[in-house]
Amino acid sequence: MVFTNAEIDETIQMFRSQKLDIRTITMGISLRDCASASGAQSRQKIYDKICRYAENLVSVGEAISLEYGIPIINKRIAVTPIAMVAEASSDKSYVAFAHTLDAAARQTGVNFLGGFSALVQKGYTRGDRILIRSIPQALAETERVCASVNVASTQAGINMDAVRQMGFVVKALAGRTASTQGLGCAKLVVFANSVEDNPFMAGAYHGPGEGEVVINVGLSGPGVIKSALENLEKAPFDTVAETIKRTAFKITRMGELVAREASRRLNVPFGIIDLSLAPTPAVGDSVARILQEMGLERVGAPGSTAALALLNDAVKKGGIMASSHVGGLSGAFIPVTEDEGMVEAVQSGGLSLEKLEAMTCVCSVGLDMIAVPGDTPAQTLSGLIADEAAIGVINHKTTAVRVIPVPGMKAGDWVEFGGLLGGGPVMPVSTLSSKAFIDRGGRIPAPVHSFKN
Amino acid sequence: MDAIVTVVGKDRVGIIAGVTQALSASGVNILSISQTILEEYFTMIMKVDIGHLSVDRKTLNARLEAEGGQLGVQITLIHEEVLKAMHRI
Repeated sequence: MVFTNAEIDETIQMFRSQKLDIRTITMGISLRDCASASGAQSRQKIYDKICRYAENLVSVGEAISLEYGIPIINKRIAVTPIAMVAEASSDKSYVAFAHTLDAAARQTGVNFLGGFSALVQKGYTRGDRILIRSIPQALAETERVCASVNVASTQAGINMDAVRQMGFVVKALAGRTASTQGLGCAKLVVFANSVEDNPFMAGAYHGPGEGEVVINVGLSGPGVIKSALENLEKAPFDTVAETIKRTAFKITRMGELVAREASRRLNVPFGIIDLSLAPTPAVGDSVARILQEMGLERVGAPGSTAALALLNDAVKKGGIMASSHVGGLSGAFIPVTEDEGMVEAVQSGGLSLEKLEAMTCVCSVGLDMIAVPGDTPAQTLSGLIADEAAIGVINHKTTAVRVIPVPGMKAGDWVEFGGLLGGGPVMPVSTLSSKAFIDRGGRIPAPVHSFKN
Repeated sequence: MDAIVTVVGKDRVGIIAGVTQALSASGVNILSISQTILEEYFTMIMKVDIGHLSVDRKTLNARLEAEGGQLGVQITLIHEEVLKAMHRI
């Protein structure tokens, strides 16, 4: 097969200078058959099953990366929400289950394992209650385990009891990990409309509707999209959208190649490809800079929401054309500390939490990696969660909150989490009280699904 | 198993000799070569067969890296399947 020099060069530059990578190969593993009346027996089954299925995950990922010359950054595991598995036991705390998951993650060599989770959009079971209560200690004592709680859905409405509780859970977790600036909170996501096949952490879990075991691949490449737009100064938005779509198509095709190869070598069915523009703190790997490339001085300028809407939609369209199984979150993430362009916008005073909230109406997830003052009341965090959940529920999309109330820090202080989590300024949060609102509890009913005006 | 090797850098004596020597020493069969000089920049694109390597891929990559460093050029080896996935439907 003959390729033009331009095609070859385009691909090489994507890898060499634009930081295109397979962000994660995530193996989803069902643990439903690991339930047992004995907690200890259940944990043994969980450990054995994860280690058996994922034994070769890391080595196969590395081999594919080497052979094809494609960077594959992370190998990860997602499991059935642990509340569903552990509640068959009479255990009163699931912290021991988190330790088992952590041990399995170490044994298989993956850097994160998601699924210390509960789905409580409509109500709690006994296991859901125990799991959520266990989260602060479980995440403080483990390294690689990620937790998520789904508190709302378009079909079920918003579980305000869970929204209230998660505000306190986030605070407690920050307190328990105070020595690392509340870093534990980076491993906890509160969702509305969570998806069952998301390969990205910290929100990955293997949904109850998934099969026994599956390979999902998440790919990223904000730098590639930004570069594609660099030659389009003054071009109309039709051209911008078309260019993003074409570029998303190309990189998703590359992801599909890796996913199919991983699936074949591991003898595990291929699930989905998730093309999500997931920034890292590295220069050239920023979603904010794509929006700037469209003509905004910085993110936060009026027009930011429209720019993000275009980006998110065009990425989805290109991805959907490129693979027959697109899933997960597929779109653009807008975390703050993980994106140097977002950090710069916050520092300049041009990007507020309120503008970010508006942008989450059209991004692929929600308020992500945002450091807030350590003395933010739990009910205020719950208020943020409730607002995000409402946006997700009404707009039929996934939304999430991953905020870090940094112990001892005030708005404007600089917090450094290190590595892929980056660092940034602590953002001010409204000091108006949400306490009486959040303390009501109960459920906000599911929205009407017709009369859409 | 076909791959594309690209070599880009400032022109000097011995680039082709150095690169092809590194390839042949690793069992890489060269199928075609196209090479130009644009201003003073050397650009070469080779189609190669890496199906019968005499060394493992890690060693091949390391040799190309070392050779590139010595010659002051950037050598990239990319699997044909990747290009096919991206540029052909």
